[in-house]
Amino acid sequence: MRAQHDCQHLLDDLSLYLDGEASAGLCAEIERHLADCENCRVVVDTLRKTVHLVRDLPPPPFSAAARERLYKSLDLDEFLSPKR
Amino acid sequence: MTDIDERAFVERLRAGDKSACAQCVEAHAPGVYRLALRLLGDEAEAEDVVQETFLSAFKAIDSFEWRAGLNTWLYRIAYNAALMRLRRRTPLSTAVELPPDDGETATPRELFDWCCLPERDLESAEARAHLEQAIRELPEKLRAVFVLRELEELSTEQTAEALGISPENVKTRLHRARLWLRERLAGYFTEMAGAGKEA
Repeated sequence: MRAQHDCQHLLDDLSLYLDGEASAGLCAEIERHLADCENCRVVVDTLRKTVHLVRDLPPPPFSAAARERLYKSLDLDEFLSPKR
Repeated sequence: MTDIDERAFVERLRAGDKSACAQCVEAHAPGVYRLALRLLGDEAEAEDVVQETFLSAFKAIDSFEWRAGLNTWLYRIAYNAALMRLRRRTPLSTAVELPPDDGETATPRELFDWCCLPERDLESAEARAHLEQAIRELPEKLRAVFVLRELEELSTEQTAEALGISPENVKTRLHRARLWLRERLAGYFTEMAGAGKEA
């Protein structure tokens, strides 16, 4: 990395940057650094892609059988109807 | 549900209205289950946590305070129930050591740019399974924050309330969890790209 100190300093703020929560000043500082630092650019791009892939994961389903067991255990089986 | 609607709904729960209880279970059980499953990695145990969560919630509904929504409160109960199970399972001495929330973030080591791999490789069933496995292996302190913020889409403040930590710690742990997963994915995709070249 070009300047190890800058890389480490900016590393802590990359999620703020990716989430659009960084101040204008911080964004400009990060973008200036990325223009010159290939390693940090890779970290930012792959971090962004990681977040994208995570958000695309299908949620684990709560099965109809598990739902039925839950309603029965809570003494709510009179409200059991086919899952909407 | 608006704040006013939720207040009326909680009053029905407090009055022991079973139809409101069923409505509450219907709305919140899937999210509570996903949190428990991702914390515990075991379907049967996650189901037990869901049951414990609603039993405790309906019993303690009079003590529900309006610091955060009902959803956040249920996640908090579920998190504590799952945590107790994890504590029983993992002696403290073997827990993964992490730097404190105000300590230095680990420097990334994997610097291969895998973004350019074909989408079919990035989103394959195998890559997804690898990512799910990596989430299950996140250090516990990071995993709860990551699941609530990134997968259950709670706000920073709601996550802080559910886990009983500060919003600043939520931000730090979310960031470290992302970096940790990035390293794991980078290792996997680097190996895949290498194998592709050799083939």
